[in-house]
Amino acid sequence: MSDDALRRTPLHDRHVALGARMVPFAGWEMPVQYEGVIPEHLAVRRDRGVFDVSHMGQIHVEGPTQEELLQGLLSNDLARLGDGEAQYTLLTNDDGGIVDDLIAYRIGPFHTLLVVNAGNRDAAYGWLKEREIRGSEVRDASDEYGLLAVQGPTAIAALGLPDAPAFTHAMGEVDGVEVMICRTGYTGEAGVELMCAVEDTVELWDAIIANGTTPCGLGARDTLRLEVCYPLHGNDITGDTDAISAGLGWTCALDKEFSGVAELRRVKEKGPATKLVAFVMDEKAVPRQGMPIAGGGEVTSGTHSPMLDVGIGMGYVPAAASAPGTELVIDVRGRPKRAHVVKKPIYVKEES
Amino acid sequence: MAGAESYPEDLKYHPEHDWARIEGDEAVLGITWWAQDALGELVHFEAPAAGGSVVKDEAYGEVESVKAVSDVVAPLSGEILEVNEKAIEEPESINDDPYGEGWLVRIRLTDPTEVNDLLDVVAYQAVVAEQ
Repeated sequence: MSDDALRRTPLHDRHVALGARMVPFAGWEMPVQYEGVIPEHLAVRRDRGVFDVSHMGQIHVEGPTQEELLQGLLSNDLARLGDGEAQYTLLTNDDGGIVDDLIAYRIGPFHTLLVVNAGNRDAAYGWLKEREIRGSEVRDASDEYGLLAVQGPTAIAALGLPDAPAFTHAMGEVDGVEVMICRTGYTGEAGVELMCAVEDTVELWDAIIANGTTPCGLGARDTLRLEVCYPLHGNDITGDTDAISAGLGWTCALDKEFSGVAELRRVKEKGPATKLVAFVMDEKAVPRQGMPIAGGGEVTSGTHSPMLDVGIGMGYVPAAASAPGTELVIDVRGRPKRAHVVKKPIYVKEES
Repeated sequence: MAGAESYPEDLKYHPEHDWARIEGDEAVLGITWWAQDALGELVHFEAPAAGGSVVKDEAYGEVESVKAVSDVVAPLSGEILEVNEKAIEEPESINDDPYGEGWLVRIRLTDPTEVNDLLDVVAYQAVVAEQ
């Protein structure tokens, strides 16, 4: 794809003015870093940062049968949500593979909002739309919204917001801009994701930057999520991997009927052959996606952890080699480098 | 973080963004300001062993940032006399001071005439301008 075919969020000019390095990502031109991945990462762990995630997709599912439709397609049990609550869930295919991982926000009994990955927006929308049932309507509203993630221990206070439980949402205002305040994120820190009308995105961004929040790019978003072992669709989970092997069994209500549930029950019953594990390098090296793991297995995500100052990653290994403490040898461009399996998450915040 | 863009006049440059400081029949090698800036904050220098050799135009190590990895190309051939342990232990020193504390290896030249193939600062800056 040529650069001029890339889509831009409403904040493109703001990113460029802040000196961001712009890169192609899932068909979008996005900031990978401003000052640098490490200082942005540290800002989120110690203070707060703001991410433009307006490239993510929003799909409205509405109508009297919307819950019935989604219960048959999403792995988690939507019936456990009250209005104003949200849950992490998977859109599964008929083989139990993962079409996308997403957050479902229950707006009301006849309305759920799904926030999906940018790269899977069309696939997720198409999958849902084809399966619409009488009394439900699926609508891709991604172009109508801006989305900013404000994350870090000082994020909530800096926005002047009250505390609220994780995985809840409410309408509210931030600096005069009407927003849906979602107590969700992809960093392992306290914080919110703020959804606004697309035309208000610049005003909201400017207000958040003006209160001293560090602008953060996709580079820090990736290192932050990997330290806390949040999977990335396309790397750690795909249409060919199942939730049980990925350690996402907790998102699957196997006592209800949904796409692929029979296969997931079978994997759960037999025990998965391979498991997605987290690991830390014992030698100086940075693991990367696609590197082979000796004994069968492959790195699905890897980076340098700014908090631990070592190489970290996740990958699928034979179930027999998945226990914490198991030594792994990773082929880093032809050089064998030692690592060991650790319990997820890799990074645990110290209680202050 | 890294200082301002600079290319010292007393160095010789390789178009793959490496520099050499010639000291008699020895040379100190490193990567340029442009190279470290393109990679971002470095987190790893995969160094060659002292006592080994480097061959002009061939990779002798790797420098790696959070997001990317790049070969380090030898601007000259020679025998490795010393590897900068500080660049291994604190790779960020390569960003902070690419021509000083962030040097990578010191070599004894096996063919000093190779120096004639390298770029002076004006020619190297023309390479940078085209990136």
